Amino acid sequence: MSTLSTGHGASTPAGGGSVPDTRRPGAARDSGRVDLMARLHEWTVTVDHKRLGILYVASGLFFFVIAGIQATLMRLQLVVPVNDFLTPDTFNRLFTMHGTTMVFLVGMPVLLGIANFLVPLMIGARDMAFPRLNAFGFWLFLFGGLLLYYSYIGSAGLYGAGSTPDAGWFMYAPLTTRSFSRGNATDYWILGIMVSGFGSMTTAVNLVATIFSMRCPGMTLMRMPLLVWMMIVVAVLILAVMPVLTAAQVMLLFDRSLGAHFFNPQQEGSALLWQHLFWFFGHPEVYILILPAFGFISEIIPVFSRKVIFGYPLMVAATVAICFISLGVWAHHMFVAGLSPFLNALFAASTFLISVPTGIKIFNWIGTMWGGRIRFDVPMLFATGFLALFVFGGLTGIMLAVVPFDWQLSDTYFVVGHFHYVLIGGTLFGIFGAIFYWFPKAFGCKLDERLGKWTFWIFLIGFTLTFFPMHISGMLGMPRRIYTYQPDRGWELWNLISTIGVPLQIAGVSILVWNIIRTLRRGEPCGDDPWDAWTLEWATTSPPPEWNFHEVPVCTSRRPLWDRKHPEDPDEHYE
Amino acid sequence: MSTMSDPARHHESATPVSREAVRSSPRPDHGSAGGGAGGGAALVADGAWRPARGRVGVACLIFSESAFFCAFIVAYLYYIGRDRSGPTPWQVLELPPVLVNSVALLSSSATIVMALHALRRGAIQQFRLWLLATILLGAYFLYGTGVEWNGLIRDHQLTIATNLFGTTFYSLVGFHAFHVTVGLLLLSLTLVLSLLGHVKPERDHGRVDLLSWYWHFVDVVWIFVFFTVYIVGRQPPGGAT
Ligand code: HEM
Ligand SMILES: [Cu+2]
Repeated sequence: MSTLSTGHGASTPAGGGSVPDTRRPGAARDSGRVDLMARLHEWTVTVDHKRLGILYVASGLFFFVIAGIQATLMRLQLVVPVNDFLTPDTFNRLFTMHGTTMVFLVGMPVLLGIANFLVPLMIGARDMAFPRLNAFGFWLFLFGGLLLYYSYIGSAGLYGAGSTPDAGWFMYAPLTTRSFSRGNATDYWILGIMVSGFGSMTTAVNLVATIFSMRCPGMTLMRMPLLVWMMIVVAVLILAVMPVLTAAQVMLLFDRSLGAHFFNPQQEGSALLWQHLFWFFGHPEVYILILPAFGFISEIIPVFSRKVIFGYPLMVAATVAICFISLGVWAHHMFVAGLSPFLNALFAASTFLISVPTGIKIFNWIGTMWGGRIRFDVPMLFATGFLALFVFGGLTGIMLAVVPFDWQLSDTYFVVGHFHYVLIGGTLFGIFGAIFYWFPKAFGCKLDERLGKWTFWIFLIGFTLTFFPMHISGMLGMPRRIYTYQPDRGWELWNLISTIGVPLQIAGVSILVWNIIRTLRRGEPCGDDPWDAWTLEWATTSPPPEWNFHEVPVCTSRRPLWDRKHPEDPDEHYE
Repeated sequence: MSTMSDPARHHESATPVSREAVRSSPRPDHGSAGGGAGGGAALVADGAWRPARGRVGVACLIFSESAFFCAFIVAYLYYIGRDRSGPTPWQVLELPPVLVNSVALLSSSATIVMALHALRRGAIQQFRLWLLATILLGAYFLYGTGVEWNGLIRDHQLTIATNLFGTTFYSLVGFHAFHVTVGLLLLSLTLVLSLLGHVKPERDHGRVDLLSWYWHFVDVVWIFVFFTVYIVGRQPPGGAT
């Protein structure tokens, strides 16, 4: 991955042990090809949680580029009315693959990858509880993703190139029954996502076991970094809802290949059952995607405000509350499916309820910044951007939870606007913040700050241009998932602006990618603890040795590293 | 600490195994908290609770499997009586053989407890016998399921594609049977290993214990499945026969 000199002789990662020399700068150039093969082999057989974490993030970013291209194609199609750049079929395939990829092959793996990298370091452990299972999970995820993409060439043979799944990321029956979905595209969706789902579940098991069993001396549950708390809740959510998705997928597979009729309305099956099962998974899934980002900024904001996180116990309680409540709100995705008024009211109420713990968190982050000495380094920029955008996305979510309002705006671009604000403004900004914040830990050098600021501002502007107008076109009645529209609806301007934002977002991401490549090739070593942080991952060298810590760390408070740096003023007084 | 903290030493070792050694070597301060697969909870000096990782892992597995079965049970309940095209459960499901089957499966939960007790006492011979009993009872359950399915398919033409009853019945009962099969394979593997002398009471008691958790879980699932399919699902609608 990198040929960096870390600047710490003793801390040079030892790798698999068989080719230790490759880590010295210049070594790669000396020994050429053999060396590359050795390196590849090393990365393929690795069971080191840090390397697996990096592999997860890297493959997630790869799929991110693919899904980004798909999004760009869709926006190009919609830039002007009555456009025939893409066929309706292609358009269906694009939004299906885009959503599926972003949720299952970008969001989850990147977040779980970062968790993989950080959690053992943060709790002072040497590795995950089950390192080999961990590696297995990663390869399952990658295989599942590739299987899904194989449908581009595989589902109807090469002659049917491009016949990928086309029924939306939620795969509503009966669109997915045999009669409406011929060929094997839908089967690829089922199997690919099922396999990569198994990968996520193994990671979740691993995270729970690691966090409960491997904490270093002194690390009680209430001293764990908030990120670790969020990750345990995410893992529990994954274990609770991914199997339900798997079960639904199995049923659909039985319908499609064995002639069962779970979801076939023509044989008394129910399309609604699919929706219930899918959203019972789908809603918690969005919390699986946002909670880790909550964790990232809960680590970033205190460090860059030079203050202890405000209301730690309340943050923990809110996280756990979100976990439970999120299991009971799924039918807010089904208000227009014609449930009973009673059920609608019930699910609207539970949805409002979930905004309470979410609101608490937002106030606590602001409370942490309040009166702090804030440094706007790039991670902090992304964290504050997160706050603003997530609040906006949360508010449109609350609006959608109002049943009559949802009846007007469900399945319009308003919903698209809502969930991109939470998923990009929330999750992705959190991920970008995390990448800037922990990159020095992983590779021993900081990403370029100036380029980072460019990424932030350009991406922010592009994002706003693209997604803010969607709320307006949605309110003007533009439905989701249409491949083109007539010029007389008043939607042209908003669609034009939306598409104009796209190149800016591409530019922002490209600058980030360039920044990463450049830093990997010739970054300046930055020391073990470049941000003057307080959690244990900064107590070891950057990058950490394969066994993480030279000495088993001891945790004395919620900010163990503060205690080590300031023995005269330990942290207990501040808790 | 000790040798672990000496990177130079680590560099020299040329085998990939070295990393495994690094990871699982017992930590002086940690006892077996992160080490053994089974074992009980370990307390470090700080008093914080740390269960053995193997237990947490299996507990997680059982938790997610439960969610999986819940989905199938919900689907079963959702569809009871919805599809009037026969055969219906009240026409074709026979209780007596299933009851015998259930008794066999549920008593295998008791025999595995006995096996575990024997292993703890170090009575390896008895352990093998109880384990064998467990396997036989489980196998009998599978056989009984096979007989039932055979009857349903041959005499009543009920397949997964016939109607919603067939669809939900074969999926739910089938997935349970699949889990029994997996359990049987693991139990048989344990038996074979113990016959080859590879099962050591002190070392492997924890592992066998975890296996018994899984087996109990399969039994508990059966109680739910039985209740759903043979009690709730077999009631003719409106009391008609
Ligand atoms: C305050 C919190 C939130 C509330 C009250 C809320 C509410 C809603 C409601 C009512 C809908 C259904 C709209 C419709 O289809 O008619 C919806 C859709 C959606 N939300 Fe949220 N939401 C919240 C947070 C989030 C978060 C944090 C995420 C993800 C990170 C998210 C992702 C989504 C997605 C992906 C959809 C659309 C699913 C689809 O139809 O494909 N939401 N939200
Ligand atoms: Cu939702």
